[in-house]
Formats: sequence, C-alpha cells, structure tokens
Amino acid sequence: MALDSNRAKMPYLNKCSLIKQGAEARVYRGIFLGKPTIIKERFPKLYRHAVLDEKLTHRRTVQEVRSILRCRKAGISTPVVYFVDYTSHCIFLEDLVGSITVRDHIASSQESGQDPVCLSSLAEEMGKILAKMHDEDVVHGDLTTSNMLLRQGSEDAKPDLVLIDFGLSFTSALPEDKGVDLYVLEKAFLSTHPNTEQLFQRLLKSYTHASKKAPAVIKKLDEVRLRGRKRSMVG
Amino acid sequence: MTVVIGFEGSANKIGVGIVRDGEVLSNPRRTYITPPGQGFLPSETAKHHRSVILTVVREALDEAELSPADIDCVAYTKGPGMGAPLVTVALVARTLAQLWGKPLLGVNHCIGHIEMGRLITQANNPTVLYVSGGNTQVVAFSERRYRIFGETIDIAVGNCLDRFARVIKISNDPSPGYNIEQMAKKGTEYVELPYTVKGMDVSFSGVLSYIEEAAHKMLSSGQCTAEDLCFSLQETLFSMLVEITERAMAHCGSQEVLIVGGVGCNLRLQEMMGIMCKERGAKLFATDERFCIDNGAMIAQAGWEMFRSGYVTELPDSWITQR
Repeated sequence: MALDSNRAKMPYLNKCSLIKQGAEARVYRGIFLGKPTIIKERFPKLYRHAVLDEKLTHRRTVQEVRSILRCRKAGISTPVVYFVDYTSHCIFLEDLVGSITVRDHIASSQESGQDPVCLSSLAEEMGKILAKMHDEDVVHGDLTTSNMLLRQGSEDAKPDLVLIDFGLSFTSALPEDKGVDLYVLEKAFLSTHPNTEQLFQRLLKSYTHASKKAPAVIKKLDEVRLRGRKRSMVG
Repeated sequence: MTVVIGFEGSANKIGVGIVRDGEVLSNPRRTYITPPGQGFLPSETAKHHRSVILTVVREALDEAELSPADIDCVAYTKGPGMGAPLVTVALVARTLAQLWGKPLLGVNHCIGHIEMGRLITQANNPTVLYVSGGNTQVVAFSERRYRIFGETIDIAVGNCLDRFARVIKISNDPSPGYNIEQMAKKGTEYVELPYTVKGMDVSFSGVLSYIEEAAHKMLSSGQCTAEDLCFSLQETLFSMLVEITERAMAHCGSQEVLIVGGVGCNLRLQEMMGIMCKERGAKLFATDERFCIDNGAMIAQAGWEMFRSGYVTELPDSWITQR
C-alpha cells in the first residue's frame, strides 16, 4: 500500500511518535542531531489525481520552507528548519517544547473566565506580528489560531508568539492577497472562538498601527467580506 | 402527527413535497432546461415556474393521497436564491396558506438541504459539504447554530461547472453537471489547471477564467479532448472541495461527512470524499438525486422541524431574500 511503502522509505519515522494527523500532513516527534524535532510528513493524498498530488505536495513543501526562512530573516518567530527531504516531502523542524496553540490558550482563558486584558495584549501582539509578515510580502494563506504558538521564554518574560504551518503561503505585495489572508483569519477566529469580535477588532487596530501599507489592506478586507456570501448566481 | 407541504423554486428547479413526521409522502419536481450554451435567467425561470407550479402541487397532494385539510403547515423557500422565481413560489405558498387557513413558514434553502440530508442518512453530527450551482459551503453545527467554516469567496462550484459547460456547448439536459460527469468518465489526459485553496475557503473564478480562455485553444490544437477537460476540471475542483472539508474536519475533530446540494450527486466527488474519509477513519454520508437536487420535501422537512419548535412566519414577514 502506498502508505506503507512511504514509511519504509523513512525507517526513521518508525522510531518517532506520531502526534497528529492534520488535513495536510502527519506530524511526528523525534530527535534529530540530538535536538527535539518535529517532522512534518506530507503524505500522498489518494483521493487526488497522482500528477496533481505530486505538484501540490512538492509546491507546498518548498513554499513552507521558503516562507519560514523569509519570516525568520525579518525577525518573526518561526521554528528553525533543520532539514528537508524533498523525495518524501518531510520537513524537520525545531520542536517548540512546552508551547501551546493560541487556540487552546484563548479557549482555556475564556473557560476560566480569566482577565480579558491578557487576551487583549495577545491580540495586539498578533496584529503586530502579522503586520511585520505582510510588510515582508509573505502571505501565510492559512491563518488560524491553531497555526500560532505561544512559547514561554524565561519565567517573567511575555510569551513569544510563533507562526507555523506555512504550507499555503506565497509571496505577494498585493493588498488583495493580504486582505484575503486577514479574512481567512477572521473567519477562523470567529467560528472557533464565539464572542471574540472585539478581540479581533483589537488585532486589526494593532495591525493598522504597525504597518504603513495597512490602509490598502484593510480596505480590501472590507471588500472581501462582502463577497461570496450569497452573491448573485446569475452567470 | 404533523404534515408539512414544502415549496422550493429558488433556481431552475420547481418542487413541491409533503413530509409527515420524517416520512416523505411525495416529492414531484420540474426542471427548467435551457438550450446548450445558455444559462437560465430569472424572469424566464419565474415564467417556467408559474406555468407548472399548480400542476406540481396537484401531483404532490395526489401522490400523498391527501387533501389540503390534512396539511398542518405550508413551508416555502424564503431564500437565498434568485429573486423572480423565489417571489413566484412565495406568492403561491402565501395564497394557498390563506385559502387553506394554515400557518406559513419561511425556510432557509441551505438548511433545507442539510436537514433533508440528515433525515435521509441519519448522520449524527456531520461536517456538511453543501455544493450546488448557487452555494459552496462547509458547515458544521456548533453552539446551537449551523456555522460556516469554509466557503467559496467568489462563485459556487456548480456555477463554475455550468459555465464551463456553456463554453463547450454541452447539453443542459438533464443538467450540465451530469453531462460533464459522464464526459469526464471518458477523459484520460490530465491537464493542469489553477488550484486555489485559501485557508478553509476556496476560489473558483480563477479556474473558470483560465479554462474559459484556454478551452478553445486546447481543443482546436488537439492538445486534449473535451472529455479530458471535463475530467481535469472535476479532478481539480473536487480536490479543492475535499481539501477544505478535510481541514474543517481536522479543525472540529469531526468523524462524519455529509454531502448535500446538486453537485453532491456527482459520483466522482462522492468517491474522492470516501477515500479521504477512509484515510481518516471517518464515515461518509451522501444522498441520491431525489434529495441532492433542489426539491420541495427538503423545505417541508426543515419546516417540520421549525414548526414543531413553535416557529411560524406571519404574513408581513413572509418576504423573500436573495441572500
């Protein structure tokens, strides 16, 4: 079976522990060159036509690595890329031990009825980081709160916001693409975390302050919001 | 015992169905089919509906062996859909409700599809892929409401397929999508087309523009056949749909998928979704053309649920909406 032969090519993976199977890839935890490592394996999708599957998988692997490196150079926190195997489409990344997703953080904060101020400052931080990323002309393509991690640095320091999952990312200077990027996040945010409209507004405000190119992007965001939702289907 | 009659005519299908406590008693339907190369326009569609609707109502009652007195509630599609046809159908529903002295219920078309899908398949809490000529959405029930997790940011997938059919003049009988599906089965060459997934959303206008422009060139140069284009278009579009469905499932931790809407009839889409589900250990639910395609019974079913929860639509509120 395709899956087994794939794993056979990577006997290494058998020694690692599978931590989750997302929609895109399987994620394993292991040790690489003595360091705790996350291995992201983009396995073949059997429902796709083979040619399409190979093209997509390869493109996404390459794009992910490129975007991570571009962001790092711009000073945005991302996992370190240790190694890439282009035949099996595996990326070996730094394991951010002890980090949690922003999604889990917001969910638990809301559940425990915690001080909303700390969530506000998180939203502001998110806005700032995204502004930096867009100013680098990197469009993430899959912004959700599951794709942002909070890494606790030293005891007292504020947690570090780390961006991950750049598989759908691409380079673009167009406000349209950045606007859609924010739209994707807004939709994911509001559908996953009900009653957080104000929080997201904070994020956008912080984004606007942090980026000089923001006005055009926000304008596009407003336009994109009006699209798709029951537009005329007279073709 | 609650008997609901449902009226559906938001696009080119006009259907009247009767449902009694989860049992579909009748579900007749007519389709307005245009010549190859043409789409259907609102005013013409409304004209078609006007000319057949009373016959279809009669059929629905006869098949169910009921008289108007047996009906408890009249449900109709409030929206979304095309303005003129919606108005035509709403008018008939309103008039009959008043003539028969029964309460009226305005139903959301999309919810109709979902409720019928759930009734027929008995899916428990599925991630729903609703795909038709007018809609493309990934929906899940969360916190007491149906919520949209992913959707098209421009046109619906069915619209993309229908417009492509017009470009290469495929027949619209019984539906352009059905004919594309049959032709795709004979395609062998895979032609690369733009693939646009944006997070949990998809975009089809890019693929459509590309294929509208490239189709003629590719066909006249003999690079590929029309069947190859149909095949490649389906593979590309459906891969995008399966991908966003999978993403929503991963996000919600869901183990069930339900496909509803006209495009849900497509066996290749069902096949691809089935493979994805198998890989994840999830279960796929799909219905056949009686319930995938717009029909009156789905409106009746959704209306039945609403009526039993105590909802009615007062006459002043019985308008229609395109969105």
